[in-house]
Amino acid sequence: MSSKTVILVGGPSKGTRFRPLSLDIPKLLFPIAGKPMIYHHIEAAAKVPEMKEIILIGFFKETVLRKFIEETSKQLNISIRYINEDKVLGTAGGLFSFREQILEGSPKNIFVLHSDICCAFPLKDLLDFHNQHGRICTIMGTEIESKYANQYGCLVRDEKTAELLHYAEKPETFVSNLINCGVYVFSPQFFDVMGKTMVDLRTSGQNINTDYPEITRKGFDSERLRLEQDIFVPLAGTGTISVFPYIGFWRQIKNAGASVYCQELYLNHYAKTKPEVLKKADNIIGNVIIDPTASVDPTALIGPDVYIGPNVKIGKGVRIIHSIVLDQTEIKDHACVIYSIIGWQSLVGVWARIEGIPNYTPFLYSQDKRKGVTIFGSGAQANGEIIVSNCIVMPHKQLDRNYNNEIIL
Amino acid sequence: MKALILVGGFGTRLRPLTLSKPKPIVEFANKAMILHQIEALCKIGVNEVVLAVNYRPQLMSAYLQPYEEKLGIKISYSHETVPLGTAGPLALARDLLNDGEPFFVLNSDIICDFPFADLLAFHKNHGGEGTIMVTKVEEPSKYGVVVYKEETGEILKFVEKPQVYVGNKINAGVYIFNPSILDRIQPKPTSIEKEIFPAMAADNQLYCMQLEGFWMDVGQPKDFLSGMGLYLNSLKSKQPELLSTGTGIIGPVLIDPSSVIEPGCLIGPNVTIGPNCVIQEGARLINTTVLEGTTIGKNSWIKSTIIGWNSSIGKWVRMENTSVLGEDVHVSDELYINGGKILPHKSITSSIPEPEIIM
Repeated sequence: MSSKTVILVGGPSKGTRFRPLSLDIPKLLFPIAGKPMIYHHIEAAAKVPEMKEIILIGFFKETVLRKFIEETSKQLNISIRYINEDKVLGTAGGLFSFREQILEGSPKNIFVLHSDICCAFPLKDLLDFHNQHGRICTIMGTEIESKYANQYGCLVRDEKTAELLHYAEKPETFVSNLINCGVYVFSPQFFDVMGKTMVDLRTSGQNINTDYPEITRKGFDSERLRLEQDIFVPLAGTGTISVFPYIGFWRQIKNAGASVYCQELYLNHYAKTKPEVLKKADNIIGNVIIDPTASVDPTALIGPDVYIGPNVKIGKGVRIIHSIVLDQTEIKDHACVIYSIIGWQSLVGVWARIEGIPNYTPFLYSQDKRKGVTIFGSGAQANGEIIVSNCIVMPHKQLDRNYNNEIIL
Repeated sequence: MKALILVGGFGTRLRPLTLSKPKPIVEFANKAMILHQIEALCKIGVNEVVLAVNYRPQLMSAYLQPYEEKLGIKISYSHETVPLGTAGPLALARDLLNDGEPFFVLNSDIICDFPFADLLAFHKNHGGEGTIMVTKVEEPSKYGVVVYKEETGEILKFVEKPQVYVGNKINAGVYIFNPSILDRIQPKPTSIEKEIFPAMAADNQLYCMQLEGFWMDVGQPKDFLSGMGLYLNSLKSKQPELLSTGTGIIGPVLIDPSSVIEPGCLIGPNVTIGPNCVIQEGARLINTTVLEGTTIGKNSWIKSTIIGWNSSIGKWVRMENTSVLGEDVHVSDELYINGGKILPHKSITSSIPEPEIIM
């Protein structure tokens, strides 16, 4: 029962909503709860028995991911490989065109994960369910509040047989409150079905694609194929796909600010599954991860839901709540950081207040521009005693006055 | 000699502080506003001060009674049942004021060096019926400007909010009059500035003297804080021994000796801390008044704020932008208060990111 995992990582142009952080690091490597975004996926995949290989498919330069792949591969003792799509193929197009590499060694099951999601990745349960129901594809679905469901792929499932009866991607009207989590498991035969569907589509010429500007720019490519709209939609109700009902935390990591909320979910999960990674001390509240190389003054009060990265320096009487503080940043005495992401090598001066205003409903990121997580790009600096509230600060800016609700270029 | 202080009404501009105390006994630089004036009057031999009040005189008399003995001065109250403006109260208090000598009249909201001796000498020298003090301002177009002869100080006219520059001296709200002024005023609502002064000037009976040094009408929070800064600055040269110095202090700062400032704080400039306050470790105060019995939590940052009596501010709180907290207000840890006006006895548990009144 050997398995492989494919993680669809996209490319630089897919990370624009993650700016300014994606100016310094590809979105998929941004640390959430102290680990790169896709480390959580890989960690879960590596735990599945007989996991032979993890394949990342995307269109980043190979060099960007090399170090992460080497380190993670060693750390989790699993083979990880990156396949660079020379041309942008779409989610299913990539899978299909690299099917030989994916199916090499004859894995029985192929997990397919989107990179920009956060959940508990119960891959073993998903696999058991997949095998029980005997279809060649299983989609992990989760129920959310009806009013948010049309932001996602909506699944209609036969309650008795668990079959996917209908699939609608971001429908305008209500279809179902069971949504696609972006976590799948395929049997090898599913690649044949994908191939056939692709041929059908090509003949009918119906796959007009507006979601991938790269594709539109490069003109028609016969191999482009989106997993959700082009494959799941026509296959729903044909006895091909099952839906695994997942109960637990799930969220899309849509933009940089979402990392703060997703971090909170992962830290809660860690509290139950591996509490040893969480720091316990008198000046820590709730779930907090502090890199061992960081120095935190004992009079600083940290938490809940905070990550403090390597070589960060936290001064006397500092307060940090619901935030991510990245490598080599210095937070000076008495400063207060709330709902913020402080990028690499940044500086927050004495008595400065860096504050975001949380804006999430559970499954929809609010459009209210007066609310949001405050984000410092790398090397940004806030002078002492200022307040920066609900702002995005581009890398290497030095702030010497108060700012509110601004993008600071 | 006698003096009349125009105390007036509810002090609405200084709310929420004046919801707990009449404005004249709200502490300005750790001393009731009216005591700054009464003490200065005492120094030049005024032996009776009449307070023209139209709101809760008993609260004030209870507060001021001990000072009568301490300062050796008689304090009387002239209670207006209807507001009489700025001149009417003089007529109402006619019998209390008229002892045949010149008497002083003051607006209660103003703070300055009160050079009453110089004013008296100047007044006696020119022999006219009245003298008003004038002060130089940057933007005369906001005020009533006094136009006078440079050589003698004789006032020619008053120009209300001039659009064309006619001068930069305005009425400072400190006067001295001969008792004969009382014949010009009836005990009915009358404005001394708009009705009585122009008539006196027309009779060549009104002079002015320029006030040296600082001056501020502290009737509203923003000016209360600016006035405090000016006052503390003047203390630097006049009574430096009253001001705090040392590590963690950026002068001028006035701290009541009964208050505790924990280590690691940075206080000043322009800060007044009243009696029995505690400023916890690592707090930062700038341009702020903290009234009696208040505690400021660790690492909080407070600028341009007035904090009412017996309040408590949590840790890592940021307050700024002329926030005013009434009596017994409690602010939870880590909040941000931007220009909040908070009424007495409130507990604040969420931030006030934009200026707002919290009922």
